[in-house]
Amino acid sequence: MINLEVPRKMTTLVDQARQAAMAFLRPNSRKYDQAEHTYPEELDTLAALLDGLSASGGGAGAGGVRRSSRGSKSGVVNGANLSLTLGTMEMCWGDAGLLLAMPRQGLGNAAIASVGDDDQVARYKGKWAAMAITEPDTGSDSGAIRTTATRDGDHYVLNGEKIFVTSGERADCVVVWATLDRAQGKAAIKSFVVDRDTPGFELVRLEHKLGIRASDTAHFRLDNVRVPASNLLGSPEIKPDQGFAGVMQTFDNTRPLVAAMACGIARAALEETRRLLTEAGVEIDYDRPATTQPAAAATFLELEADYEASYLLTLQAAWMADNGKPNSLQASYAKAKSGRSATDITLRCVELCGTIGYGEHELLEKWSRDAKIMDIFEGTQQIQQLIIARRLLGKTSAELK
Amino acid sequence: MGVLNRVAGSKLVARLGVKAPVDRALYHATRTGFTAANRTFAATKKLTKPSRLPSAGDSGVFDLTPTEEQRMIAETVREFAAEQVRPAAAAADDKCTPPPDLLRTAASLGITLVGVPESLDGVATERSTVTNVLVAEALAHGDLGLAVACLAPAAVSNALVLWGNETQQATYLPAFTGDDVPAAALAIAEPMPLFDPMSLRTKAYRTPGGFTLTGEKSLVPLASSAELFVVAADLEGRGPALFVIESSTAGLSVDPEPAMGLRAAATGRLALSRVSVPESALLGSTESYVDCVRLSRLAWCALAVGTGAAVLEYVTGYVNDRVAFGEPVSHRQGVAFKVADIGTELDGMRLLTYRAASRAEQGKPYAREVALARKLCAAKGMAIGSDGVQLLGGHGFVKEHPVERWYRDLRAIGLMEGAVLV
Ligand SMILES: Cc1cc2nc3c(=O)[nH]c(=O)nc-3n(C[C@H](O)[C@H](O)[C@H](O)COP(=O)(O)OP(=O)(O)OC[C@H]3O[C@@H](n4cnc5c(N)ncnc54)[C@H](O)[C@@H]3O)c2cc1C
Repeated sequence: MINLEVPRKMTTLVDQARQAAMAFLRPNSRKYDQAEHTYPEELDTLAALLDGLSASGGGAGAGGVRRSSRGSKSGVVNGANLSLTLGTMEMCWGDAGLLLAMPRQGLGNAAIASVGDDDQVARYKGKWAAMAITEPDTGSDSGAIRTTATRDGDHYVLNGEKIFVTSGERADCVVVWATLDRAQGKAAIKSFVVDRDTPGFELVRLEHKLGIRASDTAHFRLDNVRVPASNLLGSPEIKPDQGFAGVMQTFDNTRPLVAAMACGIARAALEETRRLLTEAGVEIDYDRPATTQPAAAATFLELEADYEASYLLTLQAAWMADNGKPNSLQASYAKAKSGRSATDITLRCVELCGTIGYGEHELLEKWSRDAKIMDIFEGTQQIQQLIIARRLLGKTSAELK
Repeated sequence: MGVLNRVAGSKLVARLGVKAPVDRALYHATRTGFTAANRTFAATKKLTKPSRLPSAGDSGVFDLTPTEEQRMIAETVREFAAEQVRPAAAAADDKCTPPPDLLRTAASLGITLVGVPESLDGVATERSTVTNVLVAEALAHGDLGLAVACLAPAAVSNALVLWGNETQQATYLPAFTGDDVPAAALAIAEPMPLFDPMSLRTKAYRTPGGFTLTGEKSLVPLASSAELFVVAADLEGRGPALFVIESSTAGLSVDPEPAMGLRAAATGRLALSRVSVPESALLGSTESYVDCVRLSRLAWCALAVGTGAAVLEYVTGYVNDRVAFGEPVSHRQGVAFKVADIGTELDGMRLLTYRAASRAEQGKPYAREVALARKLCAAKGMAIGSDGVQLLGGHGFVKEHPVERWYRDLRAIGLMEGAVLV
C-alpha cells in the first residue's frame, strides 16, 4: 500500500535524532566552523549515545547499511537503510560538518558493512573507518587510481598518495582503494583496511575548506604500507567481467546518505528562512496560487518543492535497499537531485534573507557553504547524471563518457 | 473487452462483463451550444443519508508498492492508453474533440465506478485517492487531452461521492454507474490573469427558492456535450462554493474555447447568465470547496507525471537512434544529461504526487503536499515538455512526432484549476 510517511516504528528514532541534533550539534555549529581542525569533543557523548542506539537495533550507525532480509507481515521492510537515512537528515539539520566528524560513523564503516565479510565486519566493529579513493590526479575517474597494492606473502604492500580523506586524521583506520595491477583496469581495483598507525601511512596535511569545517579532510602518503592480506575487502581475485562491481556497490548505500545530508541542510535553511519571512510579514499560503502571492512566498514554495522531491527520492532509494531491490538508478536520482537542490535552496535562502542571511549572526550563510560539498563528494552532479543517463539510455561507459 | 479479461475476477469486471456498448449521439465541440441529448436526472430510490467512503487505513509502513488491485487497475488502464488512447490522440487534437467510442470504452472500463461506493452501485469500499492518481497517470501516458476527456465525468461523480447529500447522490450518481455515463464537467477556472480559485468572480446570490448564478467559466472539458456541471461560484455571505447544475438549465450557454493544448478534451467556455438553481443545487461546505481545489490540482499532477513518462520514453528511443557527427546523439553529454534530468525530476514529481494522494486518502492534512506537488509538476513538467521537443531538434517541432503536442499539453499544468479530480 502506497504510503510515504515516516514509518510508525521510526518516529521515536527520528525524534531522538532531532533532540540530539538540537542539544549537541546546533549549539556548536558556529564554534567549529570557526575553529577548523579542532576536535569537537562534545561529539564523544553523542557518539556513545549513537553506539548504544545501533547496539540496541536502533540502527543509527553507519554499520547499519548492511543489507537486511528481515520482512514484515506485508513483506515490506522498513529497515536499517531507512532509519539511517532519516537519522542522518535530522543530524544534518543540526550540523552536517559535525555529523561527518562523528566518531565511528565514517564512510569507511559503510564500505566495510557493504562489502566486507562477516569476519571483517566483526573485526572492525566499534572502529572508526575513513575512506580513501581520491588521489591528486584522479577523483571522478576512480578507475584511474594509481595507488598500488602488491602481494608479499601474507601481506599486501601499498604505495601511493590519497587526498581529501574525510576524518582521515581522527579515524582508527582508513579503507584505501588500490590497484593490484594497473594493466588490468578497474577489475584489479580492491579496497584495503589500513590501520592509522601502520608504519609508512603518513599524514601530509589537513585542508582548509569552504564549508563543513568541523569535518577534517586529510592528505596521506603511503610509503610501503604493509597490511595483512585478510584486510582486503571482498574477493582478492581479479574478475574482468565483474569490473568495478565489488567496490562500487558501496555507493548504492552511501549515496542516499549523502543525499540525506543534503536534505537535512536544506530543511534547516528552509525552516529558518520561513521563520524570518514570517517575522517580516510574508505568509506562505499552500492553497492560493503562487502567482498571486508575494515573490518571496512564491520562491519559497518553489524551493520547498525541490526539497520535498529530494527528500522523497532519498527515502525511496533507502527503502529499495532495505527491500533488496537494485537501486543504483534511484540512489543516483536521490544524490543528483538533493545535491543540486540543497545548494540552490541554501543560496537562495541567503538571498531571501538579505544581510541577515549573509551575516555570521545566523547560520544561513554557513549552510550555503556546507551544502556545496553534497553536490561533489560520493560522485559529483555530473557523475550522477552520467550514471543515470547510461541506465536510462542503455549505454556503456565507453559509449557515454 | 480483451483488456478487461486481464482483471477477470475483480469486482470491477464482474460488474462490467455484462455491459453492452450503447450508441450515443456524436459530439461536436466546434459547434456552438449544447449538443447533449439531455436526460432527466431523477432519484429512483431514496437514500436516508449520504454514502461516504471511509478513509483508507494507515499501515504505518513506508511503502511504494501499489496494492494488487491497484496494480491490476493501473495495468488495464495503461494497456487501454497504449492501444486506444495514444493512436487516437493526434486526430482528436486536430479535431478538438474526443472520439465518442473511446469515451464509451473508458467509461466501460469503470473509470467512474472506481470512486463510487458499493452501496451506490460503484465498486469502492474505501477512499482511494491513490488509485485515482494511478488511473489518471496511466491515461495521460496515452494522451493528456484525451485523459482529461475520459476523466471529466469522474470529476463530477467523485465530487458527488465526497460532498453530495443524500438527495444529490440519489439523483445524479445512478447515471454515472449505469451503462450510459453522461458527459459531465467540473468548472472552476475563470478567464482572467492571476486567477485564484479562492476569490471567484462568478457570483451566486440567494433567492427565495435557491440561488442565481452569473459569471464565466473557462476551459471546461466536454463543455458542449456535458449533461451535468459542477460549477464553482462565490456565494454571497459565504465565499466560494460548488453548485450542481444540469446543462438544460436556462441561462447556461457554451462557446468552444480551444486552447494551446488539451484540445482533445473539447474545452469550452461556459457562460452563466442569471442561472436559477434550487436550494438543493448547493454541494458541500466551504471546507469541501477547498478540498475540491486541492484534489483537482492533484489530478493535474498525476496527468503531468503520465505525460512526462511518455516524453521520457519517446526521447530515449529517439536520441539513441538519431545519428549526428558519426554517432548516436545520445553519446553526447549535452543530450544525455537532459535525459538524466528528465528521469530524475519525473521520479520526484511522481513521489510528491503519491505522497499527497496517500495523505488525502488516509484523512491526513495534505494541503502542503498538494501545493508542493503542483509547484514541482508545473515547473518540471513544462521543462520536460520543452526538452522533449528540443531533443528531437527540428523534428520535434513538426506534427510527425507527438512531442510538440506534449509541449502544448504540459503548459496546462499549474495554470488549470478544476476539470479533473482524484
Ligand atoms: C571535503 C571533501 C571531502 C571528501 N571526502 C572524501 C573521502 O572521504 N574519500 C574520498 O575518497 N574522496 C573524498 N573526497 C573527494 C571527492 O569525492 C572528489 O573531489 C570528487 O569525487 C571529485 O573528484 P575531483 O575533485 O578529482 O574532480 P574531477 O574528477 O577532476 O572533476 C572536475 C570536474 O569535472 C567534472 N567531470 C569529471 N569527469 C566528468 C565526466 N566524465 N563527464 C562530465 N563531467 C566530468 C566533475 O563533475 C567536476 O565538475 C572529498 C572531497 C572533499 C572536497
